[in-house]
Amino acid sequence: MEDREIKDLEKALEQIWEVARGFGLDPYPVRFELVPATVMYEIGSYALPGRYSHWTFGKAYHRMKTMYDFGLSKIYEVVINTNPSYGFLMETNSPVQNKLVIAHVLGHVDFFKNNAYFSRTNRRMVETVSAHSGRMSEYEFRHGRKTVERLLDAVLSVEEHIDPNFFIRREEPTSPREDALRKAAKPPGRYDDLWDIGKPAESASPAAEDERPRGDRLPEKDLLYYIMRNSPSLEDWQRDVMAMVREEMEYFVPQMQTKILNEGWASFWHARIMRELDLPDDELLEFADLHSGVVSPHKGQLNPYYLGYKILEDIERRWDSAEGAGPGGGRAKLFEVREVENDVSFLRNYLTEGLCEELDLYVYELVDEEEWTVTEKRWQKVRDQLVSNMTNFGFPYIVVADGDYNRNRELYLKHQYEGAELDTAYARKVLEHVHTLWGRPVHLETVVDDDAVRLHYNGEEHEED
Amino acid sequence: MSNESNISGAVQRNDWSLQRKGIIDQERHKERVKEAIRKNLGSIVSNEAIILSDGRRTVKVPIRSLDEYKFRFDHRKRKHVGTGDGKTKVGDVIAREGQGQPGQGQGPAGQGGGAEYYEAEVNIDEIAALIFEDLQLPFLEEKAKKAIPAKTTRFNEIRRTGVFSNLDKRRMIMENIKRHARAGGSARFGQVRKEDLRFKSWEDDNRYESNAVVLALMDVSGSMGEFKKYIARSFFFWMVRFLRTKYDNVEIVFISHHTEAREVTEEQFFTQGESGGTVVSSAYQLALEVIRERFRPADWNVYPFHFSDGDNYYSDNEEAVRLADELIRTCNLFGYGEIGEEGGGGYRRSSGALLSIFNDRLKQKDRFIGVRIDDKEDVYPALKQFFGRRGVEA
Repeated sequence: MEDREIKDLEKALEQIWEVARGFGLDPYPVRFELVPATVMYEIGSYALPGRYSHWTFGKAYHRMKTMYDFGLSKIYEVVINTNPSYGFLMETNSPVQNKLVIAHVLGHVDFFKNNAYFSRTNRRMVETVSAHSGRMSEYEFRHGRKTVERLLDAVLSVEEHIDPNFFIRREEPTSPREDALRKAAKPPGRYDDLWDIGKPAESASPAAEDERPRGDRLPEKDLLYYIMRNSPSLEDWQRDVMAMVREEMEYFVPQMQTKILNEGWASFWHARIMRELDLPDDELLEFADLHSGVVSPHKGQLNPYYLGYKILEDIERRWDSAEGAGPGGGRAKLFEVREVENDVSFLRNYLTEGLCEELDLYVYELVDEEEWTVTEKRWQKVRDQLVSNMTNFGFPYIVVADGDYNRNRELYLKHQYEGAELDTAYARKVLEHVHTLWGRPVHLETVVDDDAVRLHYNGEEHEED
Repeated sequence: MSNESNISGAVQRNDWSLQRKGIIDQERHKERVKEAIRKNLGSIVSNEAIILSDGRRTVKVPIRSLDEYKFRFDHRKRKHVGTGDGKTKVGDVIAREGQGQPGQGQGPAGQGGGAEYYEAEVNIDEIAALIFEDLQLPFLEEKAKKAIPAKTTRFNEIRRTGVFSNLDKRRMIMENIKRHARAGGSARFGQVRKEDLRFKSWEDDNRYESNAVVLALMDVSGSMGEFKKYIARSFFFWMVRFLRTKYDNVEIVFISHHTEAREVTEEQFFTQGESGGTVVSSAYQLALEVIRERFRPADWNVYPFHFSDGDNYYSDNEEAVRLADELIRTCNLFGYGEIGEEGGGGYRRSSGALLSIFNDRLKQKDRFIGVRIDDKEDVYPALKQFFGRRGVEA
């Protein structure tokens, strides 16, 4: 890109900021950077720059880059939720594309900053993952690359199974000894043990933690946390790897919970901002073309940009015309929605009959093992199905039901069945991975064809009953 | 607002040229693919995409073990939500199973159907290298005559003089930079002088190899259906490839037979379909003649390999066994592959089929290998059995 174009872009950037602030958007500061395609795809496939190494990232990178090389798909932007945030623009974007992307990114960053589900998000995540990456390569150096890779294969197979609401849970019950220590509340000194001279040795057994995992916190949704804390077989460095993966997942979960709302929000604002920019005719045309490409229905699928965008527009219209609200009422409502909702509540609260009809939403399923057929058009049913599919960001809800199953420290997992069956072939493979982490027999209870089924894996063979 | 002061109005551009992470992890992924290919050679060897590759160098083959396993819902048993064009009604069929199901853009869990697997792009030469790693012509003997040297050239030396086509540019540049550095200046590349030039030089490397001839015999009678022909073809595909890559002078003679046998060209051998009954002895008779006339065992290592469904005329069995015994006497190794019905795994024909007759009645079995193939995946083991390490003199 030539310097003149950069100058133009910087001018546009200033203007876009002004318009965005005028609308009441309140993003973190953003550092925009132009990068070549390879870097774009690299950041895109890792979701954050500088993360640890694993072949699955390489696979994603290869896939994205190949698609790009063959002209099948293209990422326009990548945005990183930190403070300050980062917006990456592709070098080869046209000026209009870049303006649209900048406006879109400001929408995302405003959302990151103000949506409640991000209130706990680590805003220095780039530094955190880079520290993780350093530790990971140290483990690779110490224990061997293949060893770490096998462990990561296992951890990543259950990485989504964390509890996003972990922070609002009650305190971990502590042992009396820890309580006593806390009460003492004296900063520990180097010579503290002096005071213990002459005292009878504290009997370790009653106070020491029971080695067996306690049952009082079960069922536990956070598989990573539970296994990391209670696995009978993991070494410290392995628990540390689990903790790192878990921490990174904690960062990503809010994004997974708000995909539709977040994309809708960013698309809504890029459209509003771009309209204020006084673009020349040819740019306006290009923008209209781009915008309609972003927020268009994909037949037979759900485009989150489209769905979110439509619902937000509908909200604005409805609240603008609401009695006693007057103009501006819609805007105010929108800002409330962006603050308190996630995808599930957003859809449940604001997907109306009219929208379902306008978007022609329907439920479809496989009939007679052969034909994907539309089976439901009633809007409440459609909405409920959509909400149910988004629950737990689309993943089956699995909990630890027992960490001492058979009185033998076996791990008993339970799938909270709500009408959708597991892919049991995959589940068996995941059980093998879980066994790698737990080190003792593992079990999974689920439902197949309306019957309770238990899958067992003891490290050598699979059983089912 | 304090934020405003933080916003840098500049669009940055940094130098990312040292950024290699994606590429490094892509290598890790490639390694996994290779590993998976090694583990799945059995199914890859008989993959249509490769056998019918028609000279393409890379093909796509499905590899199951590269999936990223997660707890996920059974895509086929689940209800999905989609958007239509405004006129969708209950009962509309929006797609058929197997013709690319409608994807759904929600959540990473819903990306795949049950039968989804990773398709790896593989280079046929790389696969071949993996397969041929442990294969060789067994019982290879040094024959008196015509041991033709297999000449290879190895570049293994660097000299200051030589032919310019063999100029080692990299070394030349290094020498040039060193010279400049020595001369007190900075280490840079400039004005090339004669003393900078470095040339690669070579040595001839003569390996002596014994003569060998492989007779590929294939049953093309009416009872050889699509599947059976495919199996025979894939075996010979790899065999021919293997012989051509590993041995510089192996002759291959192609003989196809039904009730009569004839010598055919390679192309005919791989494309021809015939019909009619099966008289195995005709092929053996022709093979023996070819050996007698052109490849005398005193001078040649001889390897006949025969593929058939074993459905020989009953009256011919006696003769077939006699000639097979004769073949074994004249040859280094006689291989016979019997192809069963597709998926006929556990099923064995008790009598009548040639393989069991060979097993019962052949006099010298130490240089006879008979295998049965019921499944595509059996091709690779058959290759390994025919060309496994055997009879290697210490």
